[in-house]
Order: sequence, then structure tokens, then C-alpha cells
Amino acid sequence: MYLIQFLILSSLLFCIGVYGVLARRNAVLVLMSIELILNAVNINLIAFGAFNGAAIPAEVFALFIIAVAAAEVGVGLALVLTIYRNSKNIDLDHVDLLKG
Amino acid sequence: MTAALATTALTNTVLAVETVVAQNVFFYLIAAVMVIAALRVVTTSNMVHAALYLVVVLAGVAAQFILLGAEFVGITQVLVYIGAVIVLFLFGIMLTRAKVGAEDGLSYDNVVPAILTAVLLFLVMGFAVVDFAKAPWSSDTLLIDALDRAPTTVEQVSDSIFSTYIVAFEAISVLLLAALIGAIVVARKE
Repeated sequence: MYLIQFLILSSLLFCIGVYGVLARRNAVLVLMSIELILNAVNINLIAFGAFNGAAIPAEVFALFIIAVAAAEVGVGLALVLTIYRNSKNIDLDHVDLLKG
Repeated sequence: MTAALATTALTNTVLAVETVVAQNVFFYLIAAVMVIAALRVVTTSNMVHAALYLVVVLAGVAAQFILLGAEFVGITQVLVYIGAVIVLFLFGIMLTRAKVGAEDGLSYDNVVPAILTAVLLFLVMGFAVVDFAKAPWSSDTLLIDALDRAPTTVEQVSDSIFSTYIVAFEAISVLLLAALIGAIVVARKE
């Protein structure tokens, strides 16, 4: 296995996630796309760690990213739920309270 | 004696080659499944299906971690993502009363700018990676050789977390507590 295989795979996943964030209107689906992006970053970290002989620090940082991603999903879904409760709609172009 | 040693060495080489081939076959197999499932996550018109395709992608990521010898991270990926985050997503879908079947309007009508952005970004990153691979070093130095490299053990990871990275570990536990309380406060009914 070459390092470049993992780098290409993770950049592909990253770009699919970016596409999802930009193209999706539903807030829950945008959060799912953000998960794709975070996972792509994790593959990158672990691959560089395995390649570089610094596997342990890479794995520790990947674990931290997993923890932060879990916290992010929790808060994000709580926000989506509040938006849904207030406007019965979680389309992102619907959330324009701060628009002048 | 020499003949026996030579035979052993030959068997080892054959085994090594077979392992490398198997690793590559599984890498490309898992990668193809992951990319197809990820595309379905961002294009499907059924929210529950999107969550289930996300399970496939996350399981593929865990498999890649194990392929790279990061067993503990792979297991944590399964526990945290497939075990907890997906359930959270399904609860989010359920509580926002998404339709069970296919649904219109999950994506914007005009997705051409999004496709353009994603493709351009991939071209830039792919060019950077390929250019990096043919820089002064030969491609053989970019080999991840998993044969002479044992998978990292849980013991090594935990030793590192609880000594070198103890401050970051404490910070992450405070962050998780803050996120927990914040999520409860935000989602609570008044």
C-alpha cells in the first residue's frame, strides 16, 4: 500500500462531503456531510502516522477528532431540533432571522 | 540446512507478496464501496437511507484504520460513530418528522455550483498529492509497509494518552461535558 492511495481516497471523501454541505438543503443531511469530511481527515492522519512511524500520536489525535465530532453532532442536532420546534422546518434557506 | 533456510526465506517472500496483494485488493474493494456509499449519502432523496449509507462509509473508514494497523481507533470508530452518532442522526430524523419514503427538496434545485466547487477542490488536492508523490523522493519511499510493522496496541495508545497528551485529554473531557450540558440546554422545552 502506498501513502498516495490513502491521500487520494481521503481527498475524494472530503470533496464528496464538501459537495453535500453545499448542495443539501436539509440541516440534518448537512451534518451528515460534515461527518464525511471529518472522517476523511481522520484517514489522512492515520495514514500519515503509519507512513511516518509516528503512529501513536496520529492515533491519539484521531481519537480526539472523533470525540470532538461526537460533541459537534450532539450540539448540532440540538440546534436543528430547536429550529424545527420554532419554525416546523429545517431547510437551511428558511433560517434567515438575521437577514437584513 | 542451507537449503532449508533458503526454502523458509522463499516461503516468507511468497507470504509477504501474498499479504501485500491481499492488502491492496481489500484497500481498493473497501475504497470503492466507501466512495459509492458516500455519493449516495449526498445524493439520495430518502433521509433514512442517507443515514444507513453513512453507516457503510463509517464502517469502511474503520476497516481502513485496521488495514493501517490502528486497531484501537478502528474499534472506537465503530463504537462512537456507528453505535452512537448514527443513532443520534436517526433520532434527529425522527424528531424532525421527516417522511419515511423519498422526499423532494432535500437538495437545492441548482447543484451545478456545488459540483463545480467539489470537482475543482478535488482537482487541486489530487494535483497536490500526485505532485508530492513524484517529488525528489521515489515512490518506493512512500510505501506503507505493514509487514515489518506490528499494529499498535491499546497499551501503547493509552500510555501516550495518559502521559504525553494528558492535558489535551482533560480538555477533551471538559469539552464533552460542556457539549452535553449545552445540547440539553439548547434542546430543552421551555
